[in-house]
Amino acid sequence: MNSILLYALLGVGLFTLGLHALIVHAHLLRKILAINVMGSGVFLMLVALGGRTPGASPDPVPHAMVITGIVVAVSATALALALLLRMQAKTGRTQLPEERLE
Amino acid sequence: MSAVEHSQPSLLFRRVLLLPLLAFAGGLAYAVLSLPEQATGLSDQVAANMETSGVSNPVTAVLLNFRGYDTLLEMAVLLVALLGVWSLGSAVVHRRVDPEPVLSILVGGLVPMMIMMAGYLLWVGAAAPGGAFQAGSVLAASGILLLLSGRHLPVRLLGRPLRLVLVLGLGAFVAVGVALLSASGMFLQYPPGLAGAFILLIEAAATLSIGVTLTALFLGGRPDPDA
Amino acid sequence: METMTVLQWVLDGTLVLALLWLAWRALSSPDLFTAIVLFIAFGLMMALAWVRLQAPDVALAEAAIGAGLTGALLLAALARSNDLADRMNDDQTAGTEKK
Repeated sequence: MNSILLYALLGVGLFTLGLHALIVHAHLLRKILAINVMGSGVFLMLVALGGRTPGASPDPVPHAMVITGIVVAVSATALALALLLRMQAKTGRTQLPEERLE
Repeated sequence: MSAVEHSQPSLLFRRVLLLPLLAFAGGLAYAVLSLPEQATGLSDQVAANMETSGVSNPVTAVLLNFRGYDTLLEMAVLLVALLGVWSLGSAVVHRRVDPEPVLSILVGGLVPMMIMMAGYLLWVGAAAPGGAFQAGSVLAASGILLLLSGRHLPVRLLGRPLRLVLVLGLGAFVAVGVALLSASGMFLQYPPGLAGAFILLIEAAATLSIGVTLTALFLGGRPDPDA
Repeated sequence: METMTVLQWVLDGTLVLALLWLAWRALSSPDLFTAIVLFIAFGLMMALAWVRLQAPDVALAEAAIGAGLTGALLLAALARSNDLADRMNDDQTAGTEKK
């Protein structure tokens, strides 16, 4: 296995870490952080799997997709943060109303 | 940690969650490792068409020429996100704090350099790593530094001129596309010799637009000219 | 040549472990400010990873947008959220004092 696949597995690990944090934490800001980490994991997988042919130059199409993805992620994060602040101004809470799981 | 997050799900739930998550990660890892070793993807087709694309950086060629429509839609996504943030309320005017002197001096030296760097990144994006998004984000960083050091735009620029610059990137893209549609019959079909010039034109408009949009996203609300 | 590959493996392995550790610490830190600062550090290390993956355009975009702009947005939101919480606490205490 060349080192490129190591980065693809790192992407898998980051995605799972982010998913765990997204489910477990209740504070909305932490959920936004978790979603960003999941996004970074997906981008790593895309670019790593695009450059896995040893000796050839990497495929530029996943690079372009990931650049687009980074910009979309920042605009979604900005909108999510504005929603979080608005909700806190209206209700005073930074967590969604809990449904009892037990 | 439990004192801070009092509404975390119970310990049992978190223990039970670990097993399906590990299985999910294992399945993904297996899928990644079982992909074929050699896969060039689309790089051969990109390399074959690079001469007609008008630039020599393959990523810029893909972003602005081969998949130009995706980039147009991405500019629209930026604009829609800004509209969403603006629709939620006006920008909070921070408590008046005298800007720190170190920050003011630093900003005075850094911002002109960052504007020059943005121009360089825009220009060099045709041949080396760079491009509209990288240049636009450096512009946005300089805008955020200006905001943080207490300088705001004069009020008369906050209405129509601001909105004009925000729409400039997407507007230039759509205008070029429609003009080329009437000229050669296909949306965003660059004429063979002029592809590089069109790409630079669109990228310049996009850089300005992206910089101002990202700075406005940092502001967090509708800039209120009456405040 | 052998030392080059060994060095490359050491570099890649260290980068991967550092990224995993930073992500885990950022997501599980009890203090939100620490979490955001660790997230910014995570973004900058991601830029290094992009360079290792031969994607310099993505590295530029990640360093500027992913680490810098997202970090600035998060810190600004945290500051405004704390301001809101302080103001609501003051209103509450003022209300109970009047009674």
